[in-house]
Amino acid sequence: MPYANSDQDAVADGPVSIKILIAGGFGAGKTTLVASVSEIKPLRTEEALSEPSVLVDTLDGVEDKTTTTVAMDFGRITVRDDLVVYLFGTPGQHRFWFMWDELALGALGAVVMADTRRLADSFPSVDYFERRGLPFVVAVNCFDGAKRYHAETVRAALDLTAGIPVVLCDARQRTSSRDVLVTLVEYAIRLISDSEVMTPG
Amino acid sequence: MRGDQWLDRSAGPVVRPYALTGGRTRPTGETIDLLALVSSTGATVDELLLEPEYVAVIRQCRQPKPVADLASDLDLPLGVVRILLSDMREHGLVMIRQPARNRLTDPKLLKDVADALRKL
Repeated sequence: MPYANSDQDAVADGPVSIKILIAGGFGAGKTTLVASVSEIKPLRTEEALSEPSVLVDTLDGVEDKTTTTVAMDFGRITVRDDLVVYLFGTPGQHRFWFMWDELALGALGAVVMADTRRLADSFPSVDYFERRGLPFVVAVNCFDGAKRYHAETVRAALDLTAGIPVVLCDARQRTSSRDVLVTLVEYAIRLISDSEVMTPG
Repeated sequence: MRGDQWLDRSAGPVVRPYALTGGRTRPTGETIDLLALVSSTGATVDELLLEPEYVAVIRQCRQPKPVADLASDLDLPLGVVRILLSDMREHGLVMIRQPARNRLTDPKLLKDVADALRKL
């Protein structure tokens, strides 16, 4: 089987890894969802960052940049010995957009967490995954005290393409978070079988 | 405001890890995927001559292990681990296999995933 990296890297088969991204605005419940449904692990990443407010046009190398570490949400669900699902929370701030492309590469799909009190915070994630063509579902996290909306109301407010699942959830509940992931996987399967119908042969 | 929520300070110092990489912030060669599988080659090495982090990677990767798991278990930032791994690959200490993307479109595999998740 051809692999992208084949320089004598014939490693014994490890488990198949499936990557799912958990996106959404700050405080929408990404961390809570990952923690409720998976074995969470601490993961730090870091990048050289430019200071957007100063020296915008004069940066010419890494030496002028600062480095920061970011704690990422990272969880794993061992489905079988040979099959593991990894959850990665996408960093919420725009200065970490560059990390999204890497996270999205090879991902099965994404969950966009939405908080109805701050629905606009989920727009960038929805836009990103739509543009990228990555299957995603919207999970409306039902916070205590927040007004409840129907999924269809949220769908209209987010101007979602028809067919994209919108589910209400309580990210603190394992079963609820699990159902969100199941919805995503089933949606991804549906998209795959649809595309096979449309492209014969 | 929002910026204060990020864990820049509490996430710990980054100077020490980058001392480990000789100040480099980018690995050589192709990008190592977050879920690339790393395994020790079993090359004979004198562990006393290696950086302790190299030894830790070798020990952790006797069985193939994804990069993200490795970084988490070593408690090192991802970027640092990638640089370590690219160096170790050059020295024949580890093999790195990028994840097979094509498996993601296997409906049978995905049905297995959905079924397993339902049982959680």
